[in-house]
Amino acid sequence: MAATAPAKSDRSQTSGQFSTFFVADLFFGVDVLCVQEVLRFQQMTRVPQAPEVIEGLINLRGQIVTAVDMRRRLCLPPRAGGQAPMNMVVRTEDGAVSLLVDEIGDVLDVEAAAYERPPENLDRAAKDLIRGVYKLKDRLLLVLDAERTVDLTAGWPA
Amino acid sequence: MQDNEVIREFLVESHENLSRLDQELVELEKHPQDAALLASIFRTMHTIKGTCGFLAFSTLEAISHQAESLLSQLRDGERELTPALVSLILETVDVTRKVLASIEESGEEGPDHFEGLTERLRNAARSKTAPVRVPIPEASPAPASPPADDGGEPAEAKKSEEDAAKSSAVADANIRVGVGLLDKLMDLVGELVLTRNQILQFNTEREDAALNATSQRLNLITTELQEGVMKTRMQPIGMVWNKLPRVVRDLAVSLGKQIRLEMDGSATELDRTIIEAIKDPLVHLVRNACDHGVEVPEIRVRMGKPPQARLILRAYHEGGQVNIEIVDDGAGIDLERLKQRAVERGTLRLEQAGALSDREAMNLIFQAGFSTAKGVSKVSGRGVGMDVVKSNIEKIGGVVDVSSRAGEGTTVKLKIPLTLAIIPGLVVTSGGERFVIPQVSLLELIRLEGDSRDKHIEYVHGTPVYRRRGSLLPIAYLNQVLGLQSPERGEAVSMVVLQAEERQFGLVVDGINDTQEIVVKPLGKQMKGLTAYAGATIMGDGRVALILDVLGIGQRSGVLAESREQARGGSKQMAHAGGEQQRLLLFRAGSFSRLAVPLSLVARLEEFPQSSIEEAGGSRVVQYRNRILPLVPLRAVLEPDAAEPDQPADPVQVIVFNNGDRSVGMVVDQILDVAEENVTVRQKTVRKGLLGSAVVGKRVADFLDLNAVLRAAAGDWLQAAGSCGVGRSILVAEASPFSRGLIRSGLDMVGYRVLEAGSLDEAVRALQQHPVDIVVTAIDLPPVGGAALVREMRLRQEWQGIPILALADSAEEARARQNADFQDCQVKFDRDAMLESVARLAAALASSETAGVCVGEEQ
Repeated sequence: MAATAPAKSDRSQTSGQFSTFFVADLFFGVDVLCVQEVLRFQQMTRVPQAPEVIEGLINLRGQIVTAVDMRRRLCLPPRAGGQAPMNMVVRTEDGAVSLLVDEIGDVLDVEAAAYERPPENLDRAAKDLIRGVYKLKDRLLLVLDAERTVDLTAGWPA
Repeated sequence: MQDNEVIREFLVESHENLSRLDQELVELEKHPQDAALLASIFRTMHTIKGTCGFLAFSTLEAISHQAESLLSQLRDGERELTPALVSLILETVDVTRKVLASIEESGEEGPDHFEGLTERLRNAARSKTAPVRVPIPEASPAPASPPADDGGEPAEAKKSEEDAAKSSAVADANIRVGVGLLDKLMDLVGELVLTRNQILQFNTEREDAALNATSQRLNLITTELQEGVMKTRMQPIGMVWNKLPRVVRDLAVSLGKQIRLEMDGSATELDRTIIEAIKDPLVHLVRNACDHGVEVPEIRVRMGKPPQARLILRAYHEGGQVNIEIVDDGAGIDLERLKQRAVERGTLRLEQAGALSDREAMNLIFQAGFSTAKGVSKVSGRGVGMDVVKSNIEKIGGVVDVSSRAGEGTTVKLKIPLTLAIIPGLVVTSGGERFVIPQVSLLELIRLEGDSRDKHIEYVHGTPVYRRRGSLLPIAYLNQVLGLQSPERGEAVSMVVLQAEERQFGLVVDGINDTQEIVVKPLGKQMKGLTAYAGATIMGDGRVALILDVLGIGQRSGVLAESREQARGGSKQMAHAGGEQQRLLLFRAGSFSRLAVPLSLVARLEEFPQSSIEEAGGSRVVQYRNRILPLVPLRAVLEPDAAEPDQPADPVQVIVFNNGDRSVGMVVDQILDVAEENVTVRQKTVRKGLLGSAVVGKRVADFLDLNAVLRAAAGDWLQAAGSCGVGRSILVAEASPFSRGLIRSGLDMVGYRVLEAGSLDEAVRALQQHPVDIVVTAIDLPPVGGAALVREMRLRQEWQGIPILALADSAEEARARQNADFQDCQVKFDRDAMLESVARLAAALASSETAGVCVGEEQ
């Protein structure tokens, strides 16, 4: 998607406000408009036989929400023992899905000028999910494609 | 009262439809090439015409019929869309509104001032290519200001504008609430319930009178609120069915047919959204059945059917779905005609037509604009209908299935998922997790304690089976199926007996909790591929629990081997109506390496040490459950001349057969396997003790003639129940597959050929297709009772002589019915009494055929 789109339109589309979070040492952002809410760790119901990126199901005020572990989704090593993940609940075409992340960051305003396409040699597991990179002053903000993240058929190494 | 209800609904719906037409027509003018939009307008107009037709509003019907004709020409590309044409149709809309207002006020359509409009519509439709003359300037295609040239009343036009401004009072009396809002309310109530539970918990820990009183009140209100909100979403399907008797009656009268409408399961609750979505398709299907399906009385009589046709509507929950069936006993669908029509329409090439399977041919009726009706009538025949039905049902995730037999009728089955229906479910635990099993799939719960657990779960070639009342039940372990941790071997084994697609299996779980009403919620698309779950639900403590898909679990574990698609398709019908699908126990004896008996006849499998076998009265016996079990050495019966093996097997493998309170053990060399097969015995054998051979699991197996073997060896075996059964065919009509199985196993045992039917229709079908000697029917046979079957049978001469045994649920009922239309009436689960009665009927039959060939054995 990002590979074929001209750089110019990318810029106009991807600037704006981002909700940020950390997964391992990666700093991610998703469009603030598609974030429904942020929650502490919730009790979860395991789903036996489900793909392993699915951590379980949580009850979000009567709505059943699937929790996707971002560490596993990005093929990263598991969280250190005792560190409870946070829920970042995003709205997708298929309803709300919770992304389990290490830590929640601030909501950031970013400038379109700081945008760049992701490097070509990005790891396969991450390449499909990262739409672009914002060069912030002290670090890089990776733009997560929420739709592709929750679509388990995308970007998952066979 | 009911008519008022119907008319009010009609008004609300028509106002909605008209508003939509306004919008769509204006939109269409902007995009004249938009075929989907045009189709939608056409359907809306068709619906209006249809509903007007039911309620006998002839003016409205005439107008909308003409407008529909025009639209149909547009849709088929036979004419161009002009602004004048749009104006004409918009005028129709306005006039329709006017008439609706009159209906609302007085209940009548009022004087027909609209001859002029009808005439112009008719002319327009007739002169396909000529421009439509409409006496308004072409530049103003807006919906307002229809010309006042009808009836010459200048006030009319003004009045119509006033009417348009003053919206309908009936439409205002109802508030249409978005389903999204109801969903949200429902979720919030769920949350409230959880909070309430916490507060109640809190309350028990403290002793505070004020808190106590308040929380009790909170409890009460929450419960009521919950019920109320649930009710807003759930409605019995009877809501939609209510208006159908009238529809059918009117159609029947106008078509000169006699149709009896039967409705079964009208209390089946459906989600509001689903009710809305199936309303129109149902009406379409019923109209179709009346118009195309059912024949006129003269033809029916000529075909040997009663002049009055039956149209059956049936609704029931099954396996997490709601099934709705529309069954008629009319002419059926002529597949050849379907193909021919498709070729004429150009949607199918001639050479393709030949290659179509029956199923594919049947699907032709779902093409847009398809109709085989010879002429366009006002009832149907325009080809709207089946494509609309299909698209509406598929929109809510359902499936439409049409099956038909030429000359016998058509069945349309709608399978609708109940994403939000509330169902009772059993909560079980396994591997530390909770799961819910839909109650509909549940037959019974079994708890095996202490010693009995090892005795009762046995292995057939590594496959665990349980002996359940004379038949073997394959077993699956939920922990294994889902890859969960197994707990320490506990005191007892808990097993739930489940049924999916007519087959049963036992599922061993760690624990069985209780039953609850649960709200089914769908799983996210990330878990689409998981066949083990039907959805999820939220439990009382606020945590999520998964709902098991019984069919999926059965297939994953291998106890139900057949693929889902296959099982859902036609094969199910076959297997259960014909009873050909059989579970077979395969074993080895002597030089026969593969012998088979139906598993339903087997009571138990046992192993006895050689040392426990004793001699009594010249034959070998073994002490078994405080009784003496005679043993029949199969090898010696089949091959009397062969020498005894030097080294007899130890322990001895024994298959136990039961008859009434007597048991016989058959000694075999080795138990091989349990197979499920569609078996027809191909090659007859003359060898004593064998019925013939057939292919089972790709290899040939010999079928044991159990009667002959046991009789030869155990002498008086079977005498008790009489043996006139051999060769007789018996039709067992009973709704519950489980009870049917019980009855069947008893009859099988004595050597009757058993046909099964689950309902009146299936029973009649079986009678038509197979020769039947005796009918055994449940008093409560769906849809309306076994008496209906008796009536049906008394109508046809060739069925009049068939004796009928009715089965009642209780002894009182059986006595009360003793002298009714049946030959005999017995209690359903009293197997011996039933067998005795059947034997008596068979004996009576035999003596009436050829005096005394077979002597009744009873008493």
